[in-house]
Amino acid sequence: MPQTARRKNKFVQGLTGLAKKQLFIPFVALMLLVIINFIADPSFFSITLGTNSAGNPVLSGNLITILNNASELAILAIGMTLVTAASGGQDISVGATIAISGSVVLRVLCGTNTQVSTLQAPIIVAFLISCVVSMFFGAFNGVLVAKFKIQPMVATLILFTAGRSIAAWINNNRLPIVSDATFGYFGNFIPGCPIPTPVFIAAACMIVIALVLKFTNLGLYVQSVGINAQSSRLNGINPAFIKFLTYVILGLCVAVAAFIKVSRNATINYSVVAKDIEMDAILAVALGGNALSGGKFSISSSVIGAYVIQFLTTTLYSFRVQSDALSAYKAVVVIILVVLSAPIVREKLSELWKKLAPKKAVKEAN
Amino acid sequence: MWTPLSKIRQRLKNRSGLSDTNMLLIITIAVFFLMYLCAMIFLKGSFLRPQMFFNMLNENAALIILSCGMSIVMISGGIDISVGAVTSLVCMSCAVHLDYGGGSVGTAILIALGIGLLFGVVQGFLVAYLEIQPFIITLAGMFFARGMTTIVNSTQFNVAHEGFQALKATRLYVPGMGSVNRLGTYVPAYVEIGVVVALILVVALFALLRWTKLGRGFYAVGGNRQSANMLGINVKRTKFISHLLCSLLAGIGGFVFFLHVGSGAPSHATGAEMNAIASSIIGGTMLTGGVGNIIGTFFGVLSLSTIKNIVALLGLDEAWWTNITVAAMICLFLVIQSVVLSRKNRNKL
Repeated sequence: MPQTARRKNKFVQGLTGLAKKQLFIPFVALMLLVIINFIADPSFFSITLGTNSAGNPVLSGNLITILNNASELAILAIGMTLVTAASGGQDISVGATIAISGSVVLRVLCGTNTQVSTLQAPIIVAFLISCVVSMFFGAFNGVLVAKFKIQPMVATLILFTAGRSIAAWINNNRLPIVSDATFGYFGNFIPGCPIPTPVFIAAACMIVIALVLKFTNLGLYVQSVGINAQSSRLNGINPAFIKFLTYVILGLCVAVAAFIKVSRNATINYSVVAKDIEMDAILAVALGGNALSGGKFSISSSVIGAYVIQFLTTTLYSFRVQSDALSAYKAVVVIILVVLSAPIVREKLSELWKKLAPKKAVKEAN
Repeated sequence: MWTPLSKIRQRLKNRSGLSDTNMLLIITIAVFFLMYLCAMIFLKGSFLRPQMFFNMLNENAALIILSCGMSIVMISGGIDISVGAVTSLVCMSCAVHLDYGGGSVGTAILIALGIGLLFGVVQGFLVAYLEIQPFIITLAGMFFARGMTTIVNSTQFNVAHEGFQALKATRLYVPGMGSVNRLGTYVPAYVEIGVVVALILVVALFALLRWTKLGRGFYAVGGNRQSANMLGINVKRTKFISHLLCSLLAGIGGFVFFLHVGSGAPSHATGAEMNAIASSIIGGTMLTGGVGNIIGTFFGVLSLSTIKNIVALLGLDEAWWTNITVAAMICLFLVIQSVVLSRKNRNKL
């Protein structure tokens, strides 16, 4: 008997240890969603191999949809985590910058025409130019935050207000459409490959950031600047530069996300594209258990947070929730998750757990 | 002649310059008057008519109320981005209540206050007592309110309720401010009821922040939580009340907005939270907390509205120009604030 009790104690300890890990919250949320879906309708998880209109084999099913649609959010979550960790604030202009960056891609590809059959420039050139533009706007935010020491949310409010208007101005208030088939590969399927391309792009981004964090000091520097900018300056790190750098990296992430977005539909409507995606990206960071006030961060949990959000959206759709009413349900789930992960609530819960646990042990001993 | 002057000099020296709040306030008011004067001199047209100014008030009465609430939350170191969504929820609920629920204007006002109070209590509790970041909580509040708006009713419709229409059409004429129109008839200047509500609230909140213990508590908590706590201020309760006030004001602002537009729609007041934040910032409130002024916020809203009107009058009709100029203006103000404050702090050291 005592042995099993001890084993049980170890199990409990392991559980509480796990609960302290950052990955715990998004992971549990994901598991909960999976279980709920499994009980409600097991066919939610079915994946079928079919053919699309072009006759190529494609996988379809809710899981694929989730993986596919969450790509942009996951990519943004990477950059947003870094920005949050270093500057202790969030960039609310990512949606608007996606509109700008996507418009630049269209502008380069289409020139001044609204509908082109032959591209005016190679796709790679368009992508690179949009990267540069997007990084420039990231740098603009970065300068305001790092140099002028303006709170990030306020500094990015500028581009949030002006971004979509700039996007409209880039394409002269028109919505060009690209009818070239190769351009659609990046947002949909490459012929012969049944998995949607955005999944690969998102995976590539994650691998790149993982390598960067592994082989450079970026992660450490970002963390130390976020925890205490003054003391990291005394240790020879330039906090302003690190903050600036994170905004530029976020700009790059935005460019990639925008490229996927444009490629999906071969066009963008600058006034609605990626609307409210900044809120979702910040939510992903928060769900990942990262402190929104900066400091320690975990990109992997943010990315999982992004997939949780998409999972939730798809689940709600499968329950036939109206798309406009979606946000109300989302809000309830978010509040529950955030309240459960709040330090004060956790302390109370663990006290409750301790009160309950000895009783059980006594019972078992008897 | 000698003594008073030297006394004043001495007093100025003792004060070692203006406080941050007053300095930013003076900048805001100066910029507003400068802008309006320039518009009157160079653009002429409707800017010369006093009604232009009153129209600005009519259109922005709701925004003034929302911005005041936002300023209070920002002064106490938080943020509330749910105010726009609460406004649209109030509009929709009141509209449905009046037209389908057979309610009266009085009960509609109660509903508006109730919604504001409910959001305030829940958000305030979560932020103050569970210590969750205000951004996330109010973001969830925003999602919730927007979603609820569509659940209540998903299409736009105009309210036909008679009592409400009568209230909506009520105009208060300002004596001696009218102008003669093209046909030669005298058109008196007017303001709507919402403006009166907004002005009363501005004065009341200014007094609250200036002269009451609670009001000073907002500044103390926003400036430095720790020292506010040591001064014996109940930090949690102060934070709670700041969020409660903000949401309550969002409820009132929602009803004023409703009174102005006279319809309910899920797309009402989109981006109002950002406009409110922008107005507060232009008015000299800082997001870090502890600095700000309600009068400044009032002028912030007016400045925002003036620049929009100037852009419209310049003939730059395309919608994008408005946003770009507004953004440029926020940028300018931020840089001015940043430079002014950093120079002042350097002098202190």
